[in-house]
Amino acid sequence: MISPLLAAIVEPLSYTFVLHGLLAGLLAALACATLSPFVVWRGMAFVGDALAHAILPGIVVAFALGISLFFGALGAAVLAVAGIGLFSGGGRLKEDTAIGVIFAGFFALGIMLLSRMVSYQDLSHILFGNILGVSTKDLASMAVVVLIVILTVALSFKEIVVTSFDPSHSVAIGLSPDLIRYGLLMLLALTTVVAIQTVGVVLVLALLVTPGAAASMISRRMSRILFWSVLFSVAATVTGFYTSYYWDIPSGSAIVLTLTVIFLVTWTVSAAFRHRHARGPRSARGPR
Amino acid sequence: MILNTLRYGGTCRVPAVPDTPALAVDNLTFSYPGADGPVLETVNLLVHPGDRVALVGPNGAGKSTLLKLILGLEQQRTGTIDVYGHPAHTCLHRVSIVPQRTSVDWQFPVTVRNVVTMGRYVHLGWFKRPRSEDKDRVQDALEAMEIADLADRQIGELSGGQQQRVMLARTLAHDADLMLMDEPLNHVDISTQELMFHTLERLTSAGKAAVVSTHDLGILTVHFNRAVFLDRTIIADGPVEDVLTPETIAKAYGFEFHKNYPHQNHTPSEAPR
Repeated sequence: MISPLLAAIVEPLSYTFVLHGLLAGLLAALACATLSPFVVWRGMAFVGDALAHAILPGIVVAFALGISLFFGALGAAVLAVAGIGLFSGGGRLKEDTAIGVIFAGFFALGIMLLSRMVSYQDLSHILFGNILGVSTKDLASMAVVVLIVILTVALSFKEIVVTSFDPSHSVAIGLSPDLIRYGLLMLLALTTVVAIQTVGVVLVLALLVTPGAAASMISRRMSRILFWSVLFSVAATVTGFYTSYYWDIPSGSAIVLTLTVIFLVTWTVSAAFRHRHARGPRSARGPR
Repeated sequence: MILNTLRYGGTCRVPAVPDTPALAVDNLTFSYPGADGPVLETVNLLVHPGDRVALVGPNGAGKSTLLKLILGLEQQRTGTIDVYGHPAHTCLHRVSIVPQRTSVDWQFPVTVRNVVTMGRYVHLGWFKRPRSEDKDRVQDALEAMEIADLADRQIGELSGGQQQRVMLARTLAHDADLMLMDEPLNHVDISTQELMFHTLERLTSAGKAAVVSTHDLGILTVHFNRAVFLDRTIIADGPVEDVLTPETIAKAYGFEFHKNYPHQNHTPSEAPR
């Protein structure tokens, strides 16, 4: 006998476009949650958000030309990152200023191109996501991106951690912090393209920041933070997806709100825990 | 371009040239881009294996910059820096750094053991995980610094002295021949200081060399066999007792020494035990 709950979960998936939507959401969740702890701990939230907006012109051009959105987005991301490096190089401008200038300029260019090239419907899909419009081909390219992100992070985990934690030591052992930084920015750009499909340009930041932030509330080890980040992200995507389906609210907003609730819960629990055990760790620390 | 000059995890094919200085800085002048004048001007410095050198000078004297140039954190333009007979950065295994406390994010979610293991990365390179030999070295370093019981703690939970022990343990795990330390004595308790110097003495008497930057003059007399006063250029260099004179101190710290550093007024005579 199938319980009503199980039926409620399985029934929507009998529609291909719904199944595709859920898969797309899960892929985006995986890619974003893998990068999220690094975005949080390296302080890359602003540049992540900027990149998510800066790829807009690339996506619009690619959309209009009928070529792969990934290449369009990646092209725009490379240009944006190069521009940020150029303007902040030599110490004449602080990096966040350069990011701000590029971010706003690229996004404005994207909006202008959008108004000339594509319909209002498409605009709303790019800005807020269109989780139910994912084709099999889209899914395949999203899966490739997710694979690239996860493999890169898995294979260079120790290098990403050491450059984040201690740049002097990294240079001393011949590992360039810039190389890792630009590599992460490229992964962020790729990930953003995947996430735009589900939550749109405007809410990508939530997928990049909130899972890592919530995970950081319950562990102080990078490997565990990574684990919890992925778990929270996947759980929020599934919950948000079904909420969106049954209550007819936008999927991006449902997913992000679920993530936000998870963060609030972890934050509250961690604050309460720290309050209760405030004397514990400190007295255990003791003088040496 | 810094990306091209760095080789991470490569093996060290060139042996140290016998009977060469651990560090030879020749005619080094450096200014930061856009700055008015040079931070370092015609600096000449020889450090031999077995030397324990205190690099002393006021804030802004160029101590950190000199260490950064030796490491390759800044690109040197004029002059030469040789390490064991080869241009600096030929062999990254030979040089280690204990960075200034503020250049490290202590809240970062890594454990004490994670950080000490980073000292082994130079021997590993891309994609390689620490082998059992590396893990043994890390354990030895933790025990030498008496922090084995803290191995699984997040580094932000430690006291300042304990954190500095972690950095020194990482340098031990790195197993470098030339150890650079940038102000390792700030916010460090006496027992950690003693342990650090004890360890340094053990290593340098085994033939390694250490260059330690500090503005604490009090520790010089007992713990270093050589002091180098730096203020843009080298003002004095020699055995501690010869260098540590009121004249050189006044010269190194300028005539405003008493005005700017009143709390260090009596430091030389307060040398510990």
